[in-house]
Amino acid sequence: MPLLKGRNIVEDAWTLLVDGLEIPEAGFVIVSLDRFTRDRDLLVACSGPIGVRLSSAQSPQLIVDALEVFSLIELEFPAFTDGRSYSYAQLLHRLGFAGEIRAVGNVLRDQYLNLKRCGFDALEIKEGETAEDWSIATGAFSAPYQVAYDTEKPIMSLREQRLAAAS
Amino acid sequence: MYRYDEFDRKFVNERVAEFRGQVARRMSGELSEEEFRPLRLMNGLYLQLHAYMLRVAIPYGTFSAVQMRKLAQIARTYDRGYGHFTTRQNIQFNWPKLEDVPNLLAELADVEMHAIQTSGNCIRNVTADPYAGAVVDEVDDSRIWAEIVRQWSTLHPEFTFLGRKFKIAVSASDYDRAVVRFHDIGLFIKKNDAGETGFEVWIGGGLGRTPMIGKISNEFVPAEDLLSYLEAVLRVYNMNGRRDNKYKARIKILVHETGLDELRAQIDAEWAAIKDSALKVPEYEIERIRAYFAPPPFETLDAVDRGFETKKFEKPEFSRWVNGNIVAHKQAGYAIVNISLKTDDLPPGDITADQMDDLADLAEIYSFNEIRATHEQNLVFAHVKQSELYELWRELGEIGLAMPNIGKVTDMIVCPGLDYCGLANTRSIPVAQRISKRYADLDRQFDLGELKLKISGCINACGHHHVGHIGLLGVDRRGEEFYQITLGGSGAEDAAIGSIIGPAFSSADIVDAVEELINFYVEIRNQGERFLDTYRRVGAAPFKSRLYPEKLDAAA
Repeated sequence: MPLLKGRNIVEDAWTLLVDGLEIPEAGFVIVSLDRFTRDRDLLVACSGPIGVRLSSAQSPQLIVDALEVFSLIELEFPAFTDGRSYSYAQLLHRLGFAGEIRAVGNVLRDQYLNLKRCGFDALEIKEGETAEDWSIATGAFSAPYQVAYDTEKPIMSLREQRLAAAS
Repeated sequence: MYRYDEFDRKFVNERVAEFRGQVARRMSGELSEEEFRPLRLMNGLYLQLHAYMLRVAIPYGTFSAVQMRKLAQIARTYDRGYGHFTTRQNIQFNWPKLEDVPNLLAELADVEMHAIQTSGNCIRNVTADPYAGAVVDEVDDSRIWAEIVRQWSTLHPEFTFLGRKFKIAVSASDYDRAVVRFHDIGLFIKKNDAGETGFEVWIGGGLGRTPMIGKISNEFVPAEDLLSYLEAVLRVYNMNGRRDNKYKARIKILVHETGLDELRAQIDAEWAAIKDSALKVPEYEIERIRAYFAPPPFETLDAVDRGFETKKFEKPEFSRWVNGNIVAHKQAGYAIVNISLKTDDLPPGDITADQMDDLADLAEIYSFNEIRATHEQNLVFAHVKQSELYELWRELGEIGLAMPNIGKVTDMIVCPGLDYCGLANTRSIPVAQRISKRYADLDRQFDLGELKLKISGCINACGHHHVGHIGLLGVDRRGEEFYQITLGGSGAEDAAIGSIIGPAFSSADIVDAVEELINFYVEIRNQGERFLDTYRRVGAAPFKSRLYPEKLDAAA
């Protein structure tokens, strides 16, 4: 599936490893949490990069002792109304995860900004969708009211800057 | 009052533009109704029985005369000439057309209003004590903190698709005039021994199908840490709250199922990790917002106005209104005026566009341009000179808004019910109107004293029946409208959830049943005792045997 990263659509170098299939030595595979729990030693031993996909009912707390194993964590949105993964992304950053965080599943274009602000690096989109289709989702607001993971300055800080500039 | 600066103004205009785009995509069919639904709800737009309904936010219930005039104009242009004040200090318009809503929102933005997060599974409009800034018993103006929470929660990227709606209320008084203990998060502003401001935080309160009184999760969160603490609570809730059943998705269920101590530990762990971050509220921002809520330019007046005292003596009707609707002000010579929207002519909480315009004029003349909405679906002029109360009363009387029934049996909280709402089992408004008629005699109402009657047309409890001294819940009995009675609830500082007294009554019998209960109270009350206190003293059993005598006969 193509990915939206920033404003660009890129090809996905990773594959979702069907449970039961062997782990390729080159890595670039994404496994389920079940598979990771079962084959943890094999996966840790793999020389290539490994990713994991968490369902929206699986908190990153479940892999808190294995974050360094993963180069990629996919967080699932089974329905666009299930917003747990926004908090999971924030939590992953707070726990020090430095790899890529990706949203997969059912996401509305109107939610893209929320994903970005919560620290998602990429979003899986449908085959055939264009960057233009998603452009609607970017830049609706010139400044947010609150701090989040992204580097957007909240309105509160902009006010402080204005205040400082005036004095 | 808070005024938008260029950042607020730009943000709200951008939100209008975004929603305009979403409506256009819906109208063109690009968005399905299912996809559009959460987007429109986040902007307060419901689809009801007969039409769309738009709920406009009145943050912490404070608004200006200019804003009131705009609401009047919107009522005329987009609705049928009236508006409906809700239990969360908002106002609803019942008949807007979808294609008109973006323009309606643009007009609201012109007067610094919006409909952001008045619905949807997000942090809803923040409510506060309607007497804030005027009442003697507050330690701070709760609106300052409500505004800080409003800004932080507005389009919060992480908390826009929660398991369920999330309501926050703020009070700075020991008297709870904002049902704070029945909110997902209730904040009581406190001063510690060092004189520093902080918050006593209650979590997990709520009404609905499973009413619960909140529990204290933290006794003193320092003011500067308010947002990090709220964020910690919200994050723990968003990650762990149930998603399998929307009726078990509120934070009250998470508190109940996890246990307060365990949940508090989770919240504290998260809070500790984020407390010392950019979430700290900077002093300059607190002071910037505080400045907007500085007291208006009060005159120096005597504590007692002689003319006012004389008028009370001369005019018994005026005196009754004063007794019923006026509350002491912290500034000598001023008073807080409650304006009842429980009149004979309109459904509870409703107001006509003409009345809105007239009230706007009166607010300019008598109350520094400012109006408050209360959770009991009434309005307040917070700063009126005692010497002008008589004139104000006369003018309110001319527009049908001098009903002296605040806190009395006819001052009911009533949901829109089956007359408007797609979820309702029963109509609420006609029952309220019949009770009003039954108790039309003001002497009788005053004899009963404070008696809070609340009516919900279904189990979702929008009419707050769980916290009524007498609560009525509409239930469907094989297609017939029936009403179940609960007794002993309170949404105030003596918070309690009412208990069901017995089998439900038909629509034909319910008003008689209510009267029977009230008559019984009158017979057995001690001097000066409220209905609620009598009920608490004697318990449910005597009320029950009075209401269902045939059951006793059958048992004998």
